[in-house]
Amino acid sequence: MNEKLLEIKNLKTSFRIEDQYYAAVDDVSLTVNENEVLAIVGESGCGKSALAFSLMRLHNRAKIEGDILFKGDDVTNYSAGQVNKLRGNEMSMIFQDPLTALNPLMKIGDQIGEVLLLHKGKFSNLNRKQKAISLLDKVGIARPEHVYEQFPHELSGGMRQRVVIAIAIANDPEVLIADEPTTALDATIQSQILDLLNELKENMNAGIILITHDLGVVAEMADRVAVMYAGQIVEVADVHALFGMPQHPYTRSLLSSVPNAESVDSKLHVIQGIVPSLKNLTREGCRFRSRIPWIDESVHEKSPELHEISPNHFVRCTCYKNFYFPDEKKEDKRHGIS
Amino acid sequence: MLRYILRRIFYMIITLFIIATVTFFLMKLLPGSPLSAENKLSESQREVVLEKYGLNDPIPVQYVNYMTGLVRGDLGISFHFDNTPVTDILINRMPPSMVLGGQALIFGTIAGILFGLIAAIYHNGWLDYTSTVIAVLGTSIPSFVFAGLLQWYLANEWGLFPVALWGTYAHTVLPTIALAIFPMATAARFTRTEMLEVLGSDYITTARAKGVTESGIIFKHGLRNSLIPLVTVMGPMAVSLMTGTLVIEKIFAVPGIGEQFVSSIEVLDYPTIMGTTLLFSVLFIVILLVIDILYGLIDPRIRLTGGGR
Ligand SMILES: Nc1ncnc2c1ncn2[C@@H]1O[C@H](COP(=O)(O)OP(=O)(O)O)[C@@H](O)[C@H]1O
Ligand code: SF4
Ligand SMILES: [Mg+2]
Repeated sequence: MNEKLLEIKNLKTSFRIEDQYYAAVDDVSLTVNENEVLAIVGESGCGKSALAFSLMRLHNRAKIEGDILFKGDDVTNYSAGQVNKLRGNEMSMIFQDPLTALNPLMKIGDQIGEVLLLHKGKFSNLNRKQKAISLLDKVGIARPEHVYEQFPHELSGGMRQRVVIAIAIANDPEVLIADEPTTALDATIQSQILDLLNELKENMNAGIILITHDLGVVAEMADRVAVMYAGQIVEVADVHALFGMPQHPYTRSLLSSVPNAESVDSKLHVIQGIVPSLKNLTREGCRFRSRIPWIDESVHEKSPELHEISPNHFVRCTCYKNFYFPDEKKEDKRHGIS
Repeated sequence: MLRYILRRIFYMIITLFIIATVTFFLMKLLPGSPLSAENKLSESQREVVLEKYGLNDPIPVQYVNYMTGLVRGDLGISFHFDNTPVTDILINRMPPSMVLGGQALIFGTIAGILFGLIAAIYHNGWLDYTSTVIAVLGTSIPSFVFAGLLQWYLANEWGLFPVALWGTYAHTVLPTIALAIFPMATAARFTRTEMLEVLGSDYITTARAKGVTESGIIFKHGLRNSLIPLVTVMGPMAVSLMTGTLVIEKIFAVPGIGEQFVSSIEVLDYPTIMGTTLLFSVLFIVILLVIDILYGLIDPRIRLTGGGR
């Protein structure tokens, strides 16, 4: 691991619903290093996008507390002008839905040219065009000169996502946030886009935050993984540690839900239920206990904290020691700790 | 593109033919006779007049005669208004209405877009509420109320503009303002709603993530996208503005086509009714074509192929 690029400290992002603020991201602390892919996984609705949007300061009506240090500088204090200099330049983002992410009225070339012009004003028009075409080429678009002149509706979803990626990497960002970059695409295109990201990762020195609910994607790309549940981090670990020795019951459940996982009886170990909505989320005590009702009340912590159980492996709560799936015997705690 | 326009013109001719036919027969169904107002005429004089205008022929014959004239570009002569050729009536009466309507459309739309933009930018602030109130008032208060207020204050009290009549440019100012209020309010409402929706869309988030400044977001990315639906509403409005509005023309004593049209219906001046209707139809169809071309210019997703409507 190299230098710390991004340090997120006690980030709390709250949305206002009927006169009250509800935290969608609740006390999240994470670090992203140079040359590292940090994956953030969790079910839909757990606050992954809310976190990503907070980092890019893209929320227009949200209360954001805590610090976001970009190379030691707290960007939460940045003025609008400073934020605009950062976005699309040192920090950029790839979005989930390529079909809606591009301006339908602007040519592809102009949309890439715009981000070049905004940050590297020194490019002449001609150089900018050359640079844009080379970016299209870099993200694997055939006939880039032709696509340069096209409009988004003339391209397929996969192609558009490549364009979105080209925009994001145009100015060689130091931090790249990819919010479910392949979720909206069909399987073959998904793997193509992942290959592309993998390839780009090799050649960039960036810290990449990869948001996904797909553990297959994590296994393929990530160096470190943070597991999120209901706005909180429940486990952070090196990718090998996380896949090899998942600790938190939620992590174990997520891993068991991956098809073709090694474990034979994996399907049994998927915890049912969904993430509660923001308003209905219990904020007192543990947020996860309602999904594992078979666990004895006495083992739950009042307010579970993240503990470092081995170097750089953090798990919320101590009760992973007491957790078992319904079909396991209470004493049998070998699961996942091979 | 040229192919497309030619095709549209072909359809336009067919449409006009149908409109002429339908109007002709509907008009004949109107109760009364063109001469019913002329009580002084004796029975034999009546016969002479009816014969002169071809009104004694069977209706199908009248229809064929009219259409034959139409194809040659002859709109006939008015039964009233000193037997002026209908073409001359239209040429005299159309310009004031077009000038007023055109000005009202241009100023109203531009002002409306500005109001709508301000409202969207300061969403839920006092500027938003103020411009929403203005928009609601503008669409719900009838134009003659504004016309009266304008005449009273700007003309009578402060003497800035002529009260009424036609002649200099100053004469166009008050009726233009009175006419512009409705399109302005409509444009403001549409722009605000659309802009708010566009500002919440994903590509705006993408633009923000690129580092586009707030003014770039509004003017470069937002405005064009939010104008698309406005084009659709403003088209028909353009027609109704330029074909003259009876009320405004009456209040400001403007010699426009709106007033002329209404009085020609009152006296069943068949050739004038037909001529005016056809002229309005041409205007309408041309504006629809212009809108479609505008659409194609604003929105690359719309292809102008020869498909027609
Ligand atoms: N702008 C918003 N206003 C109110 N609630 C929001 C807003 N954005 C997200 N939420 C809520 O915050 C929670 C987290 O959402 P999100 O970050 O989109 O989840 P994820 O990306 O993990 O699927 C959800 O309950 C969602 O309904
Ligand atoms: S054991 Fe801890 S993490 Fe698990 S449900 Fe109980 S309090 Fe929550
Ligand atoms: Mg999301």
